[in-house]
Amino acid sequence: MTSYLDFEKPIAALESRIIELRETADEGSLDIESEITKLQSKSSKMLRDTYTRLTPWQKTQVARHPERPHFKDFVKGLFDEFIPLGGDRNFGDDQAILGGFAKLGDRRLVVIGHEKGDDTESRLRHNFGMGKPEGYRKAIRLMDLADRFALPVVTLVDTSGAFPGVSAEERGQAEAIARSTEKCLSLGVPMIAVVVGEGGSGGAVALAAAERVLMLEHAVYSVISPEGCASILWRTGDKADVAADAMQITAQNLAKLGVIDRIIEEPIGGAHRDSNLAIATLGKAIAEELDELVQLERSALRSARRDKFLKIGSL
Amino acid sequence: MSWLSNVRNKIASITKRETPDNLWHKCKKCEAMVFLKEFEDNMHICPKCEHHGRIGPMTRFAQIMDENSWKLIPWAKVQEDPLKFKDQKKYADRLKDARAKTGEQDALINVVGTIETLPCVVGVQDFAFMGGSMGLAVGQAFVDGARRALKDQCPYIIFTAAGGARMQEGILSLMQMPKTTVAISMLREAGLPFIVVLTDPTTGGVTASYAMLGDVQISEPGALIGFAGQRVIENTIREKLPEGFQTAEYLKDHGMIDLVVHRKELRATLAQVIGYLMAWKDAA
Repeated sequence: MTSYLDFEKPIAALESRIIELRETADEGSLDIESEITKLQSKSSKMLRDTYTRLTPWQKTQVARHPERPHFKDFVKGLFDEFIPLGGDRNFGDDQAILGGFAKLGDRRLVVIGHEKGDDTESRLRHNFGMGKPEGYRKAIRLMDLADRFALPVVTLVDTSGAFPGVSAEERGQAEAIARSTEKCLSLGVPMIAVVVGEGGSGGAVALAAAERVLMLEHAVYSVISPEGCASILWRTGDKADVAADAMQITAQNLAKLGVIDRIIEEPIGGAHRDSNLAIATLGKAIAEELDELVQLERSALRSARRDKFLKIGSL
Repeated sequence: MSWLSNVRNKIASITKRETPDNLWHKCKKCEAMVFLKEFEDNMHICPKCEHHGRIGPMTRFAQIMDENSWKLIPWAKVQEDPLKFKDQKKYADRLKDARAKTGEQDALINVVGTIETLPCVVGVQDFAFMGGSMGLAVGQAFVDGARRALKDQCPYIIFTAAGGARMQEGILSLMQMPKTTVAISMLREAGLPFIVVLTDPTTGGVTASYAMLGDVQISEPGALIGFAGQRVIENTIREKLPEGFQTAEYLKDHGMIDLVVHRKELRATLAQVIGYLMAWKDAA
Protein backbone atom coordinates (compact mmCIF):
# COMPACT_ATOMS: atom_id res chain seq x y z
CA MET A 1 0.00 0.00 0.00
CA THR A 2 1.42 3.35 -1.03
CA SER A 3 1.01 6.10 1.51
CA TYR A 4 -0.20 9.21 -0.19
CA LEU A 5 0.77 12.74 0.65
CA ASP A 6 -1.95 15.35 1.10
CA PHE A 7 -1.45 16.88 -2.32
CA GLU A 8 -1.65 13.42 -3.91
CA LYS A 9 -5.28 12.87 -2.87
CA PRO A 10 -6.74 13.16 -6.40
CA ILE A 11 -4.14 10.63 -7.60
CA ALA A 12 -4.97 8.37 -4.67
CA ALA A 13 -8.66 8.48 -5.58
CA LEU A 14 -7.97 7.47 -9.18
CA GLU A 15 -5.56 4.73 -8.23
CA SER A 16 -7.92 3.20 -5.71
CA ARG A 17 -10.73 3.35 -8.28
CA ILE A 18 -8.47 1.40 -10.65
CA ILE A 19 -7.81 -1.22 -8.00
CA GLU A 20 -11.52 -1.50 -7.30
CA LEU A 21 -12.32 -2.00 -10.96
CA ARG A 22 -9.59 -4.61 -11.30
CA GLU A 23 -11.10 -6.58 -8.45
CA THR A 24 -14.52 -6.62 -10.08
CA ALA A 25 -13.12 -7.26 -13.54
CA ASP A 26 -12.02 -10.86 -13.22
CA GLU A 27 -14.45 -11.88 -15.94
CA GLY A 28 -12.41 -9.82 -18.33
CA SER A 29 -15.25 -7.56 -19.42
CA LEU A 30 -14.05 -5.33 -22.21
CA ASP A 31 -15.96 -2.33 -20.92
CA ILE A 32 -14.18 -2.45 -17.61
CA GLU A 33 -10.81 -3.04 -19.28
CA SER A 34 -11.17 0.06 -21.39
CA GLU A 35 -12.36 2.03 -18.37
CA ILE A 36 -9.26 0.91 -16.47
CA THR A 37 -6.98 1.91 -19.33
CA LYS A 38 -8.63 5.32 -19.47
CA LEU A 39 -8.28 5.84 -15.74
CA GLN A 40 -4.69 4.64 -15.80
CA SER A 41 -3.66 7.10 -18.44
CA LYS A 42 -5.52 9.81 -16.57
CA SER A 43 -3.84 9.00 -13.27
CA SER A 44 -0.36 8.69 -14.74
CA LYS A 45 -0.82 12.02 -16.48
CA MET A 46 -1.98 13.54 -13.22
CA LEU A 47 1.00 12.03 -11.41
CA ARG A 48 3.43 13.36 -13.98
CA ASP A 49 1.84 16.81 -13.97
CA THR A 50 1.80 16.97 -10.19
CA TYR A 51 5.43 15.92 -9.90
CA THR A 52 6.72 18.28 -12.55
CA ARG A 53 5.05 21.13 -10.70
CA LEU A 54 5.87 20.29 -7.09
CA THR A 55 6.22 23.32 -4.85
CA PRO A 56 9.22 23.51 -2.51
CA TRP A 57 7.01 22.56 0.42
CA GLN A 58 5.56 19.59 -1.47
CA LYS A 59 9.09 18.51 -2.31
CA THR A 60 9.94 18.70 1.38
CA GLN A 61 7.15 16.23 2.03
CA VAL A 62 8.33 13.96 -0.78
CA ALA A 63 11.89 14.14 0.59
CA ARG A 64 10.50 13.02 3.96
CA HIS A 65 8.19 10.38 2.50
CA PRO A 66 8.23 7.33 4.80
CA GLU A 67 8.68 4.97 1.85
CA ARG A 68 11.47 6.94 0.23
CA PRO A 69 14.61 4.79 -0.06
CA HIS A 70 16.95 5.34 2.89
CA PHE A 71 20.64 4.68 3.47
CA LYS A 72 20.19 0.92 3.88
CA ASP A 73 18.17 0.65 0.68
CA PHE A 74 20.73 2.64 -1.26
CA VAL A 75 23.60 0.56 0.11
CA LYS A 76 21.81 -2.64 -0.79
CA GLY A 77 20.90 -1.45 -4.26
CA LEU A 78 24.06 0.42 -5.18
CA PHE A 79 26.84 -1.84 -4.03
CA ASP A 80 27.90 -5.39 -4.75
CA GLU A 81 29.50 -5.63 -1.35
CA PHE A 82 29.20 -3.72 1.91
CA ILE A 83 31.29 -4.17 5.02
CA PRO A 84 29.85 -2.06 7.84
CA LEU A 85 32.35 -0.28 10.07
CA GLY A 86 31.29 1.25 13.34
CA GLY A 87 32.14 3.28 16.37
CA ASP A 88 34.04 6.47 17.09
CA ARG A 89 36.58 4.67 19.37
CA ASN A 90 35.64 7.10 22.10
CA PHE A 91 32.07 6.87 23.19
CA GLY A 92 29.78 4.72 21.12
CA ASP A 93 28.38 3.64 17.80
CA ASP A 94 25.77 6.13 16.67
CA GLN A 95 23.10 4.42 14.59
CA ALA A 96 21.96 7.64 12.90
CA ILE A 97 25.18 7.80 10.88
CA LEU A 98 26.34 4.57 9.29
CA GLY A 99 29.22 3.68 7.06
CA GLY A 100 31.63 1.10 5.78
CA PHE A 101 33.58 -0.31 2.86
CA ALA A 102 31.60 -0.82 -0.31
CA LYS A 103 32.12 -1.90 -3.90
CA LEU A 104 30.46 0.02 -6.72
CA GLY A 105 31.09 -2.24 -9.68
CA ASP A 106 34.80 -2.88 -9.44
CA ARG A 107 35.52 0.25 -7.52
CA ARG A 108 36.21 0.05 -3.79
CA LEU A 109 35.16 3.03 -1.71
CA VAL A 110 33.98 4.18 1.71
CA VAL A 111 30.30 5.06 2.03
CA ILE A 112 28.90 7.13 4.91
CA GLY A 113 25.37 8.40 5.42
CA HIS A 114 22.39 9.14 7.61
CA GLU A 115 19.87 6.38 8.25
CA LYS A 116 16.37 7.45 9.32
CA GLY A 117 14.81 4.03 9.77
CA ASP A 118 11.53 2.87 8.24
CA ASP A 119 9.30 1.71 11.07
CA THR A 120 8.76 2.82 14.63
CA GLU A 121 11.32 0.48 16.11
CA SER A 122 14.06 1.21 13.58
CA ARG A 123 13.32 4.95 13.61
CA LEU A 124 13.96 4.98 17.32
CA ARG A 125 17.11 2.91 16.92
CA HIS A 126 18.42 5.26 14.23
CA ASN A 127 17.21 8.33 16.12
CA PHE A 128 15.26 9.46 13.02
CA GLY A 129 18.54 10.09 11.23
CA MET A 130 19.62 12.81 13.65
CA GLY A 131 23.32 12.30 14.26
CA LYS A 132 25.01 12.70 17.62
CA PRO A 133 28.61 13.80 18.17
CA GLU A 134 29.85 10.21 18.17
CA GLY A 135 28.16 9.75 14.78
CA TYR A 136 30.04 12.66 13.27
CA ARG A 137 33.24 11.43 14.93
CA LYS A 138 32.66 8.02 13.39
CA ALA A 139 32.32 9.75 10.02
CA ILE A 140 35.61 11.56 10.65
CA ARG A 141 37.28 8.27 11.47
CA LEU A 142 35.99 6.61 8.32
CA MET A 143 36.96 9.57 6.14
CA ASP A 144 40.43 9.46 7.65
CA LEU A 145 40.65 5.76 6.88
CA ALA A 146 39.56 6.38 3.30
CA ASP A 147 42.11 9.15 2.93
CA ARG A 148 45.01 7.07 4.19
CA PHE A 149 44.15 4.06 2.08
CA ALA A 150 43.27 5.97 -1.08
CA LEU A 151 39.59 5.03 -1.18
CA PRO A 152 37.06 7.52 -2.58
CA VAL A 153 34.35 8.73 -0.19
CA VAL A 154 30.66 8.73 -1.08
CA THR A 155 28.19 10.21 1.38
CA LEU A 156 24.41 9.86 1.35
CA VAL A 157 22.86 12.80 3.16
CA ASP A 158 19.39 12.38 4.62
CA THR A 159 18.76 14.15 7.91
CA SER A 160 16.42 16.73 9.34
CA GLY A 161 19.45 17.98 11.28
CA ALA A 162 21.93 17.00 13.97
CA PHE A 163 20.30 15.86 17.21
CA PRO A 164 19.37 18.73 19.55
CA GLY A 165 19.73 17.28 23.03
CA VAL A 166 21.49 17.81 26.32
CA SER A 167 23.78 14.80 25.92
CA ALA A 168 24.72 15.84 22.39
CA GLU A 169 25.63 19.33 23.61
CA GLU A 170 27.62 17.87 26.51
CA ARG A 171 29.71 15.80 24.16
CA GLY A 172 30.36 18.70 21.81
CA GLN A 173 27.85 18.46 18.96
CA ALA A 174 29.09 21.73 17.46
CA GLU A 175 32.72 20.69 17.60
CA ALA A 176 31.99 17.29 16.09
CA ILE A 177 30.15 18.89 13.15
CA ALA A 178 32.89 21.48 12.63
CA ARG A 179 35.60 18.79 12.62
CA SER A 180 33.64 16.60 10.25
CA THR A 181 33.31 19.49 7.79
CA GLU A 182 37.01 20.18 8.23
CA LYS A 183 37.81 16.53 7.53
CA CYS A 184 35.78 16.55 4.29
CA LEU A 185 37.73 19.59 3.14
CA SER A 186 41.10 18.03 3.91
CA LEU A 187 40.64 14.78 1.97
CA GLY A 188 43.11 13.91 -0.76
CA VAL A 189 40.74 11.34 -2.24
CA PRO A 190 37.63 11.97 -4.35
CA MET A 191 34.53 12.86 -2.38
CA ILE A 192 31.00 12.81 -3.72
CA ALA A 193 28.09 13.85 -1.54
CA VAL A 194 24.54 13.01 -2.52
CA VAL A 195 21.57 14.65 -0.85
CA VAL A 196 19.12 11.79 -1.25
CA GLY A 197 16.29 13.09 0.94
CA GLU A 198 16.54 15.90 3.44
CA GLY A 199 19.68 17.98 3.76
CA GLY A 200 19.09 19.60 7.13
CA SER A 201 21.52 22.34 8.10
CA GLY A 202 24.88 21.73 9.82
CA GLY A 203 24.07 18.08 10.38
CA ALA A 204 23.99 17.69 6.59
CA VAL A 205 26.86 19.95 5.58
CA ALA A 206 29.18 18.05 7.94
CA LEU A 207 28.97 15.16 5.45
CA ALA A 208 28.56 17.24 2.32
CA ALA A 209 31.58 19.54 1.97
CA ALA A 210 32.55 17.65 -1.19
CA GLU A 211 33.88 18.67 -4.59
CA ARG A 212 30.84 17.09 -6.22
CA VAL A 213 27.48 17.54 -4.59
CA LEU A 214 24.61 15.67 -6.21
CA MET A 215 20.96 15.93 -5.32
CA LEU A 216 18.01 13.74 -6.11
CA GLU A 217 15.37 15.56 -8.12
CA HIS A 218 12.93 15.97 -5.23
CA ALA A 219 15.43 16.24 -2.37
CA VAL A 220 15.71 19.45 -0.37
CA TYR A 221 18.73 21.07 1.28
CA SER A 222 18.48 24.08 3.56
CA VAL A 223 19.99 26.07 6.39
CA ILE A 224 16.97 25.46 8.63
CA SER A 225 13.77 23.47 8.18
CA PRO A 226 10.88 25.37 6.57
CA GLU A 227 8.94 24.96 9.84
CA GLY A 228 11.85 26.33 11.88
CA CYS A 229 12.33 29.27 9.56
CA ALA A 230 8.61 30.04 9.59
CA SER A 231 8.37 29.92 13.35
CA ILE A 232 11.25 32.39 13.70
CA LEU A 233 10.59 34.82 10.85
CA TRP A 234 6.81 34.52 10.51
CA ARG A 235 6.24 33.60 14.16
CA THR A 236 4.12 30.63 13.13
CA GLY A 237 5.02 27.18 11.88
CA ASP A 238 1.94 27.32 9.64
CA LYS A 239 3.85 29.39 7.12
CA ALA A 240 6.27 26.54 6.35
CA ASP A 241 5.18 26.54 2.70
CA VAL A 242 5.96 30.25 2.35
CA ALA A 243 9.29 29.81 4.12
CA ALA A 244 10.19 26.86 1.89
CA ASP A 245 9.56 29.09 -1.13
CA ALA A 246 11.56 32.00 0.23
CA MET A 247 14.60 29.96 1.27
CA GLN A 248 15.03 28.27 -2.15
CA ILE A 249 15.65 24.74 -0.95
CA THR A 250 15.00 22.53 -4.00
CA ALA A 251 17.60 20.79 -6.13
CA GLN A 252 16.57 23.06 -9.01
CA ASN A 253 17.09 26.19 -6.88
CA LEU A 254 20.44 25.00 -5.60
CA ALA A 255 21.74 24.12 -9.04
CA LYS A 256 20.95 27.68 -10.12
CA LEU A 257 22.73 29.07 -7.08
CA GLY A 258 25.80 27.01 -7.95
CA VAL A 259 25.69 25.08 -4.67
CA ILE A 260 25.13 21.65 -6.23
CA ASP A 261 26.64 20.16 -9.36
CA ARG A 262 24.14 17.66 -10.65
CA ILE A 263 20.49 16.68 -10.29
CA ILE A 264 19.64 12.98 -10.35
CA GLU A 265 16.32 12.35 -12.04
CA GLU A 266 13.75 10.43 -10.01
CA PRO A 267 11.10 8.05 -11.34
CA ILE A 268 7.77 9.72 -12.10
CA GLY A 269 5.96 10.17 -8.83
CA GLY A 270 9.16 10.22 -6.76
CA ALA A 271 11.89 7.79 -5.72
CA HIS A 272 9.50 5.92 -3.43
CA ARG A 273 7.36 4.79 -6.39
CA ASP A 274 10.23 2.89 -7.96
CA SER A 275 13.18 2.83 -5.64
CA ASN A 276 15.13 0.30 -7.76
CA LEU A 277 15.07 2.68 -10.69
CA ALA A 278 15.96 5.65 -8.48
CA ILE A 279 18.92 3.79 -6.99
CA ALA A 280 20.16 2.51 -10.35
CA THR A 281 20.07 6.03 -11.81
CA LEU A 282 22.08 7.32 -8.88
CA GLY A 283 24.58 4.46 -9.17
CA LYS A 284 25.28 5.37 -12.77
CA ALA A 285 25.82 9.01 -11.88
CA ILE A 286 28.19 8.23 -9.00
CA ALA A 287 30.22 5.92 -11.26
CA GLU A 288 30.50 8.64 -13.91
CA GLU A 289 31.61 11.25 -11.40
CA LEU A 290 34.15 8.88 -9.84
CA ASP A 291 35.60 8.02 -13.26
CA GLU A 292 36.43 11.68 -13.67
CA LEU A 293 37.61 12.38 -10.14
CA VAL A 294 39.99 9.44 -9.79
CA GLN A 295 42.08 11.00 -12.56
CA LEU A 296 42.99 13.90 -10.28
CA GLU A 297 45.99 14.13 -7.97
CA ARG A 298 45.50 14.50 -4.23
CA SER A 299 46.41 18.17 -4.21
CA ALA A 300 44.22 18.92 -7.23
CA LEU A 301 41.23 17.29 -5.53
CA ARG A 302 41.77 19.25 -2.37
CA SER A 303 42.19 22.58 -4.08
CA ALA A 304 39.20 21.98 -6.36
CA ARG A 305 37.10 21.35 -3.29
CA ARG A 306 38.40 24.37 -1.44
CA ASP A 307 38.04 26.72 -4.40
CA LYS A 308 34.48 25.61 -4.85
CA PHE A 309 33.53 26.76 -1.35
CA LEU A 310 35.71 29.87 -1.37
CA LYS A 311 33.97 31.03 -4.55
CA ILE A 312 30.43 30.73 -3.20
CA GLY A 313 28.89 34.19 -3.01
CA SER A 314 31.89 36.18 -4.17
CA LEU A 315 31.35 38.50 -7.09
CA MET B 1 0.15 65.86 14.16
CA SER B 2 -2.55 63.99 16.05
CA TRP B 3 -5.04 65.74 18.28
CA LEU B 4 -3.35 64.14 21.28
CA SER B 5 0.07 65.63 20.63
CA ASN B 6 -1.63 68.94 19.88
CA VAL B 7 -3.16 68.92 23.30
CA ARG B 8 0.00 67.69 24.99
CA ASN B 9 2.14 70.41 23.45
CA LYS B 10 -0.18 73.04 24.87
CA ILE B 11 0.19 71.77 28.41
CA ALA B 12 3.12 73.62 29.89
CA SER B 13 3.61 71.27 32.83
CA ILE B 14 4.72 68.35 30.64
CA THR B 15 8.35 69.15 30.02
CA LYS B 16 10.97 66.88 28.62
CA ARG B 17 12.95 64.93 31.17
CA GLU B 18 16.25 66.58 31.86
CA THR B 19 18.12 63.35 32.48
CA PRO B 20 18.62 61.17 29.43
CA ASP B 21 17.41 57.58 29.69
CA ASN B 22 20.87 56.19 29.33
CA LEU B 23 22.43 57.84 32.36
CA TRP B 24 21.89 54.60 34.23
CA HIS B 25 22.66 51.06 33.27
CA LYS B 26 20.55 48.22 34.59
CA CYS B 27 22.50 44.96 34.79
CA LYS B 28 20.85 42.24 32.72
CA LYS B 29 21.78 39.64 35.30
CA CYS B 30 21.57 41.12 38.82
CA GLU B 31 19.41 44.08 37.77
CA ALA B 32 21.56 46.46 39.82
CA MET B 33 21.41 50.07 38.66
CA VAL B 34 24.82 51.59 38.08
CA PHE B 35 25.93 54.78 36.42
CA LEU B 36 26.43 54.12 32.74
CA LYS B 37 29.74 55.90 32.91
CA GLU B 38 30.90 53.64 35.72
CA PHE B 39 29.75 50.57 33.75
CA GLU B 40 31.57 51.71 30.63
CA ASP B 41 34.73 52.57 32.52
CA ASN B 42 34.56 49.05 33.95
CA MET B 43 34.80 47.56 30.41
CA HIS B 44 31.02 47.04 30.31
CA ILE B 45 31.20 44.65 33.25
CA CYS B 46 28.68 45.02 36.06
CA PRO B 47 30.64 46.24 39.10
CA LYS B 48 28.17 44.44 41.38
CA CYS B 49 27.98 40.93 39.89
CA GLU B 50 30.78 40.83 37.27
CA HIS B 51 28.30 40.08 34.50
CA HIS B 52 29.99 40.77 31.17
CA GLY B 53 27.73 42.94 29.01
CA ARG B 54 27.67 42.54 25.25
CA ILE B 55 29.96 44.93 23.42
CA GLY B 56 30.33 45.83 19.77
CA PRO B 57 33.43 45.65 17.59
CA MET B 58 34.70 49.20 18.14
CA THR B 59 34.54 48.93 21.94
CA ARG B 60 36.25 45.55 21.73
CA PHE B 61 39.08 46.81 19.55
CA ALA B 62 39.63 49.71 21.93
CA GLN B 63 39.86 47.25 24.84
CA ILE B 64 42.07 44.65 23.19
CA MET B 65 44.37 46.39 20.75
CA ASP B 66 47.35 48.62 21.47
CA GLU B 67 46.27 52.22 21.24
CA ASN B 68 46.56 53.69 17.75
CA SER B 69 47.98 50.41 16.47
CA TRP B 70 44.95 49.18 14.58
CA LYS B 71 43.22 49.93 11.35
CA LEU B 72 40.15 48.45 9.73
CA ILE B 73 40.42 45.93 6.94
CA PRO B 74 37.98 47.10 4.27
CA TRP B 75 34.90 45.04 3.37
CA ALA B 76 35.02 42.95 0.25
CA LYS B 77 31.91 43.22 -1.90
CA VAL B 78 29.64 40.17 -1.97
CA GLN B 79 26.27 39.46 -3.52
CA GLU B 80 23.70 41.35 -1.55
CA ASP B 81 20.35 39.75 -0.79
CA PRO B 82 21.07 36.90 -3.23
CA LEU B 83 17.63 35.30 -2.81
CA LYS B 84 15.63 38.57 -2.80
CA PHE B 85 14.29 37.24 0.46
CA LYS B 86 11.16 38.56 2.06
CA ASP B 87 9.39 37.40 5.20
CA GLN B 88 7.13 39.79 7.05
CA LYS B 89 9.72 42.34 6.08
CA LYS B 90 12.13 42.54 3.16
CA TYR B 91 15.63 41.32 3.94
CA ALA B 92 16.93 44.35 2.02
CA ASP B 93 15.11 46.57 4.53
CA ARG B 94 16.39 44.59 7.49
CA LEU B 95 19.91 45.13 6.18
CA LYS B 96 19.27 48.84 5.77
CA ASP B 97 17.96 49.08 9.33
CA ALA B 98 20.88 47.12 10.78
CA ARG B 99 23.34 49.35 8.93
CA ALA B 100 21.62 52.49 10.17
CA LYS B 101 21.55 51.14 13.73
CA THR B 102 25.18 49.98 13.93
CA GLY B 103 26.85 52.23 11.37
CA GLU B 104 28.52 49.10 10.01
CA GLN B 105 28.29 47.24 6.72
CA ASP B 106 27.65 43.78 8.20
CA ALA B 107 28.19 41.62 11.27
CA LEU B 108 31.96 40.92 11.25
CA ILE B 109 34.68 43.52 11.33
CA ASN B 110 38.40 42.87 11.03
CA VAL B 111 41.31 45.02 12.06
CA VAL B 112 45.01 44.59 11.71
CA GLY B 113 47.19 45.86 14.54
CA THR B 114 49.06 44.79 17.65
CA ILE B 115 48.26 43.36 21.08
CA GLU B 116 51.06 44.16 23.54
CA THR B 117 53.21 44.88 20.46
CA LEU B 118 52.46 41.48 18.91
CA PRO B 119 51.09 41.78 15.37
CA CYS B 120 47.75 40.13 14.70
CA VAL B 121 44.51 40.31 12.76
CA VAL B 122 41.45 40.51 14.98
CA GLY B 123 37.86 39.96 13.86
CA VAL B 124 34.85 40.82 16.03
CA GLN B 125 31.29 39.77 15.35
CA ASP B 126 28.61 42.29 16.13
CA PHE B 127 25.55 40.76 17.78
CA ALA B 128 23.73 44.06 17.32
CA PHE B 129 23.85 43.53 13.55
CA MET B 130 21.06 41.02 12.86
CA GLY B 131 22.13 38.86 15.77
CA GLY B 132 25.69 38.61 14.45
CA SER B 133 24.38 36.12 11.91
CA MET B 134 26.66 34.59 9.31
CA GLY B 135 25.82 35.21 5.69
CA LEU B 136 27.92 35.87 2.62
CA ALA B 137 29.39 39.10 4.00
CA VAL B 138 30.45 37.55 7.31
CA GLY B 139 31.89 34.48 5.58
CA GLN B 140 33.84 36.62 3.17
CA ALA B 141 35.09 38.89 5.95
CA PHE B 142 36.29 35.83 7.86
CA VAL B 143 38.19 34.55 4.81
CA ASP B 144 39.64 38.01 4.22
CA GLY B 145 40.77 38.24 7.85
CA ALA B 146 42.50 34.87 7.59
CA ARG B 147 44.09 35.87 4.27
CA ARG B 148 45.43 39.06 5.78
CA ALA B 149 46.93 37.02 8.64
CA LEU B 150 48.56 34.77 6.04
CA LYS B 151 49.95 37.76 4.21
CA ASP B 152 51.28 39.34 7.40
CA GLN B 153 52.33 35.94 8.84
CA CYS B 154 50.54 36.65 12.10
CA PRO B 155 47.73 35.02 14.14
CA TYR B 156 44.04 35.45 13.37
CA ILE B 157 41.93 36.03 16.47
CA ILE B 158 38.16 35.89 16.20
CA PHE B 159 35.65 37.11 18.79
CA THR B 160 32.46 35.22 18.06
CA ALA B 161 28.91 36.41 18.79
CA ALA B 162 26.08 35.09 16.68
CA GLY B 163 22.70 33.44 16.75
CA GLY B 164 23.84 31.27 13.83
CA ALA B 165 23.56 31.37 10.08
CA ARG B 166 21.59 34.12 8.34
CA MET B 167 18.38 32.40 7.27
CA GLN B 168 17.55 35.16 4.83
CA GLU B 169 20.43 34.00 2.66
CA GLY B 170 19.20 30.40 2.65
CA ILE B 171 21.61 27.69 1.60
CA LEU B 172 24.29 30.28 0.84
CA SER B 173 24.55 31.06 4.54
CA LEU B 174 24.97 27.35 5.30
CA MET B 175 27.79 27.21 2.76
CA GLN B 176 29.71 29.71 4.87
CA MET B 177 30.41 26.86 7.30
CA PRO B 178 32.70 25.01 4.86
CA LYS B 179 33.92 28.29 3.38
CA THR B 180 35.23 29.64 6.68
CA THR B 181 36.65 26.21 7.50
CA VAL B 182 38.77 26.35 4.32
CA ALA B 183 40.29 29.60 5.61
CA ILE B 184 41.20 27.94 8.91
CA SER B 185 42.88 25.06 7.06
CA MET B 186 45.01 27.60 5.19
CA LEU B 187 46.17 29.15 8.48
CA ARG B 188 46.91 25.74 9.90
CA GLU B 189 49.00 24.72 6.92
CA ALA B 190 50.98 27.95 7.22
CA GLY B 191 51.62 27.26 10.91
CA LEU B 192 49.72 30.36 11.96
CA PRO B 193 47.57 30.35 15.09
CA PHE B 194 43.81 30.67 14.92
CA ILE B 195 42.52 31.76 18.31
CA VAL B 196 38.83 31.81 19.18
CA VAL B 197 37.33 33.98 21.89
CA LEU B 198 33.72 33.00 22.42
CA THR B 199 31.49 35.79 23.67
CA ASP B 200 27.83 35.95 24.60
CA PRO B 201 26.00 34.49 22.72
CA THR B 202 27.50 32.07 20.20
CA THR B 203 25.15 29.43 18.82
CA GLY B 204 24.08 27.49 15.73
CA GLY B 205 26.09 27.29 12.55
CA VAL B 206 28.78 29.63 13.83
CA THR B 207 29.47 27.37 16.80
CA ALA B 208 29.39 24.35 14.48
CA SER B 209 32.11 25.81 12.28
CA TYR B 210 34.88 28.29 13.02
CA ALA B 211 33.92 28.97 16.64
CA MET B 212 34.92 25.41 17.61
CA LEU B 213 38.03 25.11 15.47
CA GLY B 214 40.45 27.34 17.37
CA ASP B 215 43.95 26.16 18.22
CA VAL B 216 43.20 27.65 21.61
CA GLN B 217 39.61 28.16 22.73
CA ILE B 218 38.94 31.02 25.14
CA SER B 219 35.62 32.30 26.42
CA GLU B 220 34.35 35.21 28.45
CA PRO B 221 32.67 34.16 31.69
CA GLY B 222 28.97 33.38 31.59
CA ALA B 223 28.72 33.46 27.81
CA LEU B 224 25.95 31.36 26.27
CA ILE B 225 27.54 28.89 23.87
CA GLY B 226 25.80 26.01 22.15
CA PHE B 227 24.75 24.31 18.98
CA ALA B 228 21.00 23.88 19.35
CA GLY B 229 18.72 26.50 20.87
CA GLN B 230 17.49 25.83 24.40
CA ARG B 231 13.83 25.91 23.42
CA VAL B 232 14.45 23.39 20.65
CA ILE B 233 16.22 21.07 23.09
CA GLU B 234 13.47 21.40 25.69
CA ASN B 235 10.88 20.54 23.06
CA THR B 236 12.90 17.53 21.94
CA ILE B 237 13.68 15.97 25.30
CA ARG B 238 10.67 17.37 27.16
CA GLU B 239 12.58 17.94 30.35
CA LYS B 240 14.16 20.83 32.22
CA LEU B 241 17.67 21.78 31.19
CA PRO B 242 20.48 21.33 33.71
CA GLU B 243 21.66 24.31 35.72
CA GLY B 244 24.17 26.45 33.89
CA PHE B 245 23.57 24.51 30.65
CA GLN B 246 25.45 25.93 27.63
CA THR B 247 27.41 28.50 29.60
CA ALA B 248 31.13 29.04 29.08
CA GLU B 249 31.83 27.30 32.38
CA TYR B 250 29.67 24.31 31.38
CA LEU B 251 31.57 24.00 28.10
CA LYS B 252 34.86 24.21 29.92
CA ASP B 253 33.77 21.43 32.29
CA HIS B 254 32.88 19.33 29.26
CA GLY B 255 36.21 19.84 27.57
CA MET B 256 35.23 22.21 24.78
CA ILE B 257 37.13 25.29 25.97
CA ASP B 258 40.68 25.81 27.28
CA LEU B 259 40.23 28.96 29.28
CA VAL B 260 37.42 31.08 30.69
CA VAL B 261 38.98 34.52 30.98
CA HIS B 262 37.68 37.68 32.64
CA ARG B 263 37.46 40.59 30.25
CA LYS B 264 40.04 42.53 32.22
CA GLU B 265 42.59 39.73 31.76
CA LEU B 266 41.78 39.02 28.14
CA ARG B 267 44.33 41.27 26.49
CA ALA B 268 47.20 39.93 28.61
CA THR B 269 46.08 36.32 28.12
CA LEU B 270 45.89 36.72 24.35
CA ALA B 271 49.39 38.20 24.29
CA GLN B 272 50.70 35.26 26.35
CA VAL B 273 49.05 32.68 24.11
CA ILE B 274 50.31 34.37 20.94
CA GLY B 275 53.77 34.32 22.50
CA TYR B 276 53.71 30.53 22.77
CA LEU B 277 52.13 29.86 19.40
CA MET B 278 54.43 32.22 17.49
CA ALA B 279 57.63 31.21 19.32
CA TRP B 280 58.58 28.81 16.51
CA LYS B 281 58.59 31.67 14.04
CA ASP B 282 60.73 33.89 16.21
CA ALA B 283 63.18 31.02 16.63
CA ALA B 284 63.30 30.35 12.90
